[in-house]
Amino acid sequence: MNAGMNETRQHDATAARLTARTARPVLEVRGLSKNFGGLRALNDVDLSINEQEIVALIGPNGAGKTTFFNCITGIYTPTEGSVELYDADGEPTRLNGRKPHEVTELGMARTFQNIRLFADMTVLENVMIGRHCRTRSGILGALLRDPATRAEMQDTVDRSYALLESVHLADVYNEKARNLSYGAQRRLEIARAMATEPRLLLLDEPAAGMNPQETLELEALVRDIRARHKLSIMLIEHDMGMVMSMSDRIYVMEYGSRIAAGTPEEIRTNPLVIKAYLGEDEHA
Amino acid sequence: MQRLIKSALVALWFVVLTFPIMGIKINTVTHSVDLRSDRMLMLALGIFILAAVWDWAFSRKSRGLPVISLPQGLGSSLARFCGSASVRRGSACAVLAGLIVMPWVSSLYQTNIMTSALLYIMLALGLNIVVGLAGQLVLGYAAFYAVGAYTYGLLYQYFGLGFWACLPLGGAMAVFFGLVLGFPVLRLRGDYLAIVTLGFGEIVRLTLQNWSTVTGGPRGVSNIPRPGLFGMDLTLEMSSTYLYYLVVAAVIITIIVISRLKNSRVGLALQALREDEIACEAMGINLTRVKLSAFALGSCWAGFAGVIFAAKTTFINPASFTFMDSAMILSMVVLGGMGSITGVVIAAVILILAPEYLRAFSEYRMLIFGMIMVLMMIFRPQGLVSGERATYRISALEGRAGKGEGA
Repeated sequence: MNAGMNETRQHDATAARLTARTARPVLEVRGLSKNFGGLRALNDVDLSINEQEIVALIGPNGAGKTTFFNCITGIYTPTEGSVELYDADGEPTRLNGRKPHEVTELGMARTFQNIRLFADMTVLENVMIGRHCRTRSGILGALLRDPATRAEMQDTVDRSYALLESVHLADVYNEKARNLSYGAQRRLEIARAMATEPRLLLLDEPAAGMNPQETLELEALVRDIRARHKLSIMLIEHDMGMVMSMSDRIYVMEYGSRIAAGTPEEIRTNPLVIKAYLGEDEHA
Repeated sequence: MQRLIKSALVALWFVVLTFPIMGIKINTVTHSVDLRSDRMLMLALGIFILAAVWDWAFSRKSRGLPVISLPQGLGSSLARFCGSASVRRGSACAVLAGLIVMPWVSSLYQTNIMTSALLYIMLALGLNIVVGLAGQLVLGYAAFYAVGAYTYGLLYQYFGLGFWACLPLGGAMAVFFGLVLGFPVLRLRGDYLAIVTLGFGEIVRLTLQNWSTVTGGPRGVSNIPRPGLFGMDLTLEMSSTYLYYLVVAAVIITIIVISRLKNSRVGLALQALREDEIACEAMGINLTRVKLSAFALGSCWAGFAGVIFAAKTTFINPASFTFMDSAMILSMVVLGGMGSITGVVIAAVILILAPEYLRAFSEYRMLIFGMIMVLMMIFRPQGLVSGERATYRISALEGRAGKGEGA
């Protein structure tokens, strides 16, 4: 078990070195600020994520991490700065002012800190809705049930089921989402986000409320997703063990500003980060 | 035992409360006070039974049990019986056959009642798209019904257009009004949406009522022709029967359309909208488009039903499209079970036919109606039929099953 973990870690390290050499950005955020009235929730944040990288965003409560997510996914409109998402050919698209559904269509999917599943729909249907932006059939198709529509629907069902298999939820596909356990609901949210075929997956506190065993499983799942789908992952997380072991790079925020960025080793020893987390000892 | 004592106490308390009204009678002839013990006894007994049943039902509810549960074996075998495809198909055929022979075996009066019940089924199914599937609480649905009816009435009056020309126009007009209402309410949800749509319903009705120069005001539009059949001269009875079949066909089409829509890509998006708007948007669903299509689809059926209604009654005025009608249609959706087609059909039939056949109790109509609604909300808030689930064919599973059989 331990040997296996070390192996994957080494493997990840080589992967990180490889991506570092060929580093192509997926997301580029420059000078992002967000004001709520007189309150500056985000202040001049720079951040970039490269292809197939796992990047963590950490910081004390209220540092503006979720606001950052909401700004780049279009739920909030940023006050200043630019957010650019690169497509597979390396062409950037500016995301400022775009609606959430457009952002998702461009290839950025997210999960929510407080789980937001379609509670009264089945597990399979939840994932099928993620396919919405990648499918095209309309009302007329639904009424006529022509072969193209039926084929598309069958494809949606099968792909969704495959995604459920990859997050180990296939056997409960016909249950209502509200009946799942907490950990299973979190995994379902990830599967639903994966159904939109993202280039960048944003996870907002995926391990919140999980026990250590579930956290380990989640970590393995996230690595597996990255390896299998060749995508980039950005996560907000408070579980430091998970953050340190799986991230390629870490960004640290406090009071809406970025205070540090670097590899887990750099962050671990950064005095600013230690100060933000543990407070300043005035008598020292 | 405790329940019996409790019920006895309730009964006693009722007797004490009603004693001055029901228990004594002053006889002015003999100048004496009679004690009406028989009445008091009946009252006590009645209240005792009601209280016991009430208490029993609540105790079951608090333990999370259904109020009525069939014996173990019967319940599951009944479910299997109802669930089997052949039984479903058979019962659907039986209902259809009943509907087809109905005009020939019953009176004109019965047929007319059935026609209006079927019209309400159409309306309820239309509203079911907006309220049941998409979760947008619309309280002014009768407005779209009115738009359809007046489209036919006025187009006939001013331009002499016939039924078949007006049927699509009525639907289109209702869709247009649905979109007109839809745009400003895109950002609203829940109670706020309900209030705006309630206002919209009243605006439409009051406009029809007061714009006398065009709509005829409270006098309405009269002498609207019934639909023709290849230019034949139809007697009243024949044209009623013809209209009846027309409505049957319309309801069947509605059911097919809605059941197909429900499990399609668009239908899933509508249901997602009902569950969570923010997650819906984050999953790449265009909220504007989905909401507007919900309004358009819902109002479209009201428009069709309105045109048919105008043709059926040959006379329309604003009094047919009050808030009570909207509330009635909404009750059908709620009573039947949000999003369930079978449930809504059953509820619509009950709510329209019961008052017609229980004329003897007509004075208690609203009382009974209110009581049913209250009881439903307490004991079965999800409606008559709930938990209808689509079944999806999963290729991976089928492949595995096939392999299993082979080995």
